[in-house]
Amino acid sequence: MNPLLELTQVGIEFPTPKGPFCALQNVNLKIAKGEFISLIGHSGCGKSTVLNIVAGLYQATTGGVVLAGKEVNEPGPERAVVFQNHSLLPWLTAYQNVELAVQQVFKGKKSKAEMKAWIEHNLNLVHMGHAMHKRPDEISGGMKQRVGIARALSMEPSVLLLDEPFGALDALTRAHLQDSLMEIQKDLNSTVIMITHDVDEAVLLSDRIVMMTNGPSATVGEILNIELERPRNRIQLADDPTYNKYRQQVLSFLYEKQRKVDDSMPVEKAKEPEKEQAAEKVA
Amino acid sequence: MNIALSNIAWLEPFVKVAKGENVAQNVQLITKTIGIPLVGILVFLMLWSAAANSIDTSLGKFPGPAQVLEQSKNLLAEHFAERERAEAFYERQEERNAQRVKDDPTYVPKIRDYTGKNTYIDQIGTSLVTVLSGFLLASILAIPLGIVIGLSANLHAAFNPVIQIFKPVSPLAWLPLVTMVVSALYVTDDPVVPKSFITSVVTVMLCCLWPTVINTAFGVATIPKDLVNVSQVLRLNWITHVRKIAIPASIPMVFTGLRLSLSIAWMVLIAAEMLAQNPGLGKFVWDEFQNGSSDSLGRIMVAIITIGLIGFFLDRVMLRIQRSVSWDKSATLR
Repeated sequence: MNPLLELTQVGIEFPTPKGPFCALQNVNLKIAKGEFISLIGHSGCGKSTVLNIVAGLYQATTGGVVLAGKEVNEPGPERAVVFQNHSLLPWLTAYQNVELAVQQVFKGKKSKAEMKAWIEHNLNLVHMGHAMHKRPDEISGGMKQRVGIARALSMEPSVLLLDEPFGALDALTRAHLQDSLMEIQKDLNSTVIMITHDVDEAVLLSDRIVMMTNGPSATVGEILNIELERPRNRIQLADDPTYNKYRQQVLSFLYEKQRKVDDSMPVEKAKEPEKEQAAEKVA
Repeated sequence: MNIALSNIAWLEPFVKVAKGENVAQNVQLITKTIGIPLVGILVFLMLWSAAANSIDTSLGKFPGPAQVLEQSKNLLAEHFAERERAEAFYERQEERNAQRVKDDPTYVPKIRDYTGKNTYIDQIGTSLVTVLSGFLLASILAIPLGIVIGLSANLHAAFNPVIQIFKPVSPLAWLPLVTMVVSALYVTDDPVVPKSFITSVVTVMLCCLWPTVINTAFGVATIPKDLVNVSQVLRLNWITHVRKIAIPASIPMVFTGLRLSLSIAWMVLIAAEMLAQNPGLGKFVWDEFQNGSSDSLGRIMVAIITIGLIGFFLDRVMLRIQRSVSWDKSATLR
């Protein structure tokens, strides 16, 4: 089977006053259509950098990304990104935010009425139909993120890129949004790459979990296939031995094989376990 | 809506006291919002009055509040007297023309303008028109320039030294050059507006450009990275990026700049009018100074207070506009 998205020997160096800093090297990944991939790793391991290279926001120093037979070298709506901090335009309503994307992507392809229907369809998909004429400062964090997802989906992307989409949300809201995302992904059969810190989120949502080694010169450490039946139910899976085995495998990769030993970043170190605990409480 | 709200906001405690709701609390609120500023003003008036009494000049005592009040009344009275004279002039002219047409039907009546002196109110009008023209002209130049500079780090680096050098230049330094250039370039037999007006407007413009340029550029340059990324992912072209992202995102900073510019414009205008002899408040002050009558100092003091009040009023108007166009309703604008 031909992969939809292929990363070949991707590496990136950032210039610093002390000479080039190699953030990533030899990242190889093949992603099929309809696959849900999670990238997991410690802070600063270059997960976001991988995503930004796929998005076209960063240029790889070595290697490259090919999407549906075409090389990626600039950002574009066929690789829509949902950013961690929603990045909705604060002066536009939810509807107008999605409209900006739809007008840009479907200019000349859809009539005004079709566009309106398509915008509303996407907002309804993320259950934001009731608040589509509210501005970002009038809705909650979870709702903003829903609108962000609706905006990305409205571009009909070949690959949906999620950069820690639920990282800034409280545990309950996060669980809601994870369920919504699973539903949407099932309905649309979207190809998704998601960055996460959250082991449960990764196991629950993904077809494959890509675990990254610590930087500098980070790369793909292990890839774990999650062969759990869909639709997945978080409550049933909590007692499922297979689920717990996957979870344990990811945790052991993160905390045994790739244990953070960098003392120069004590804050980061302290933050990580905390997040894990919070995540465990949800499940 | 804004106007209604703010009106209600300060009237509210009075209404509540009248209704008998929370009397003690609302009386306290009234004292705090209206009483204390009033006390401040009264103390100032007393100090001013005492100080004025002890300063002697060759034109008599320094004007105190009483003289200022008297002179404001005089200036208003002069204005209305002048208006009456103008009306009487036009009436007489009309009568005369009607008579002449009656005597000789082929006569085409000429209408002559009344050429009485400018009153204080006229001068305020001239000053306002001049400052707003200069400010508008400056804004039309400064906002686009600021956006272009803000979008490109290289352009910013290129323009920044020039801006920083011209920013602190006093209007008085520009004025001789502007006067000469205007005299050389603005040559018509039938000028639509007087030269002194153009000179003042250009000087005001040159001095109040910079805050808007700098703040707009800063606003555009500091658009959150996330929003810039959104624009890139959507592949917005330059124009759309500016229209949909750069301008709305920098509106708060643009207005910070515009308000600074307008207050500078108003300060500069007075100096420019003094030297360019544009018939506004600046010229009024200068003429009174040259005039040297016993009323002059009082009249100048009236002008100073007028200038202060109008400056304050202009800033309030800008604040209103800023509030109505700002998307960030949670920000406190003052």
